[in-house]
Amino acid sequence: MSSMIEASTVKPAATQLDWSLWLRQIRAILRIEVKKNFWGKRALLLYLFAAIPVVLMFLLAIVDPNGSADIRNKWPNAQEAFGNIYEGLILRTMVFFGCAWIFMNLFRGEVVDKSLHYYFLCSLRREVLVAGKYFSGLLASVVLFTLTTAGSLFFLYYARGYPANVDYLFDGPGMGQVLTYLGITILACLGYGAVFLVIGLFFRNPIIPALLVYGWEWLNFLLPPVLKKISIIHYLHTLSPIPLNEGPLATVVEATSPWISVPSLIVFTALVLFLASIRIRGVSHPSNH
Amino acid sequence: MHSNIEHRTSQIIFGDVSKFYGEILGVNRVSLAIAPGITSLVGPNGSGKTTLMNLMTGLIQPTRGRISILGISPDNPQELFSKVGYCGQFDSFPKGMTGYEFVKSFLRVHGYSNKVADEKTWRAIERVDLIEAAHRKVAGYSKGMRQRIRLAQSIAHDPVVMILDEPLNGLDPMARAETIRLFRQLAKEGLHLIVSSHILHEVNVMSDRVVLINNGYILAEGGVTGVREEMEEHPMQIMIRCDLPQDLAARIFASDSVVEAQLHRDKQGLFIRTRNAEAFYLLLNRIVVESGMNIEAVAPVDDDLNAVYQYLIGSNGGGQA
Repeated sequence: MSSMIEASTVKPAATQLDWSLWLRQIRAILRIEVKKNFWGKRALLLYLFAAIPVVLMFLLAIVDPNGSADIRNKWPNAQEAFGNIYEGLILRTMVFFGCAWIFMNLFRGEVVDKSLHYYFLCSLRREVLVAGKYFSGLLASVVLFTLTTAGSLFFLYYARGYPANVDYLFDGPGMGQVLTYLGITILACLGYGAVFLVIGLFFRNPIIPALLVYGWEWLNFLLPPVLKKISIIHYLHTLSPIPLNEGPLATVVEATSPWISVPSLIVFTALVLFLASIRIRGVSHPSNH
Repeated sequence: MHSNIEHRTSQIIFGDVSKFYGEILGVNRVSLAIAPGITSLVGPNGSGKTTLMNLMTGLIQPTRGRISILGISPDNPQELFSKVGYCGQFDSFPKGMTGYEFVKSFLRVHGYSNKVADEKTWRAIERVDLIEAAHRKVAGYSKGMRQRIRLAQSIAHDPVVMILDEPLNGLDPMARAETIRLFRQLAKEGLHLIVSSHILHEVNVMSDRVVLINNGYILAEGGVTGVREEMEEHPMQIMIRCDLPQDLAARIFASDSVVEAQLHRDKQGLFIRTRNAEAFYLLLNRIVVESGMNIEAVAPVDDDLNAVYQYLIGSNGGGQA
């Protein structure tokens, strides 16, 4: 009996708005999720997937002599080509599918493994669980894909040759462009992460909705101006440090200012997470899900 | 008024609770008030025991009615699980964790600091006697060890209500006896223990009360004492998988408690019927030590619905309460 009384004195307080408790709980969820999902064998495929653009840039910029010569001699063209590779391959494909894999598995993977109930049986608000899971996915995706972006940029700048690359990076607009690309990658993880977290919560088979979102994002350049703005890629595209041509079929829309794009993406993410928090309250035991 | 509130906050209350899965009945019109001590939910597989437990823990929501756990609604998990521990039947774990990490990680999710979580983890692991295996991966545990580590995880945060779904499944006789002793100790400390079982012998040896359930309906509830004498007369059937079943059969007939022994068709096991399971388990331990026989598994197979009805309420279970 004495042990029970002793235990109750160190039990975490569960008050109405206990931010320090919630932060502790989010950190605990982060530790579990990062270890489980991002240090396991299953994560190896994801790392290989994220390395594809870096390997491609290495082949194009370093191994291929024509490629490196083009980068050195036609730098503006090389920058535009990289902008297209970044948007087409890194952003629309790698980050998109990487986030789909990471975030949809946060809940769906645990439902399949029948281990979600361990969280549900903790003295934990479901909203805090959503936040903890989301941040663990965000941490993994941001680390992974900013490294992909940085690695790809490294080979681009390396191929430009010394000292032109260092001058461009530190005395020219290079550093600003690098930071912008990294920032876009982080915003993409933020936005796509929230979308896929919700898809994983709402759909038993999330592949079809994920493909629909993929189609919507790819066809975005064809959409009328109003619909064009209901997408993540539209805001990411307008942030690109190198203006990119979307092709002759693209609908022309006035560029959205970064002062609108960035807050819009953050507000959108917050709204989607709020929706996830409402949804998670109604999620039943995994066997019934 | 004051005593009413006190009553409500010291009991687990089901008020006319029903749960339907689409058109399928889970439980229907359940009204119960469960006081501290060990309460066993008894019924055959699929009778609604797990549904009742999932309702108590908010893992599923009732279609109708209200549930209160010591005055807390199950849809308030933050408050509920500071007082409730649930050891479910799912034999699944988060991937890649050791036993220690499994217990400690979820204590951290409760909000405990690293130091307190560490202390509580070791205390819980010690209670289920898994200290030596604590740093091994759960994936490499035997079924009994996995059951015990789940039990450790559910008691680690010192709940005052323990909900245990078939907690003795997969345990060997020694671990079974130890676990029952632990339950009794916890009940003595003033905890509520709600245990589901379809094994009469387990119900007999550990419960203060039984709730008999079938097809989603509560058929009977009350103290075990009244039915204990009848239950002691009920021979319990146990299946033993071992390498020398004939040798084992010859040896166990030395005990008065064994009334029948039958070889398994594959000659790798034995079914026995005993009137005194505790004495039989002790005998079995002695035989294993003396003969060096290799026992692969020991499991009660007494899941006969008619036996439950005959020995608890004396009917064939055709009607509904």
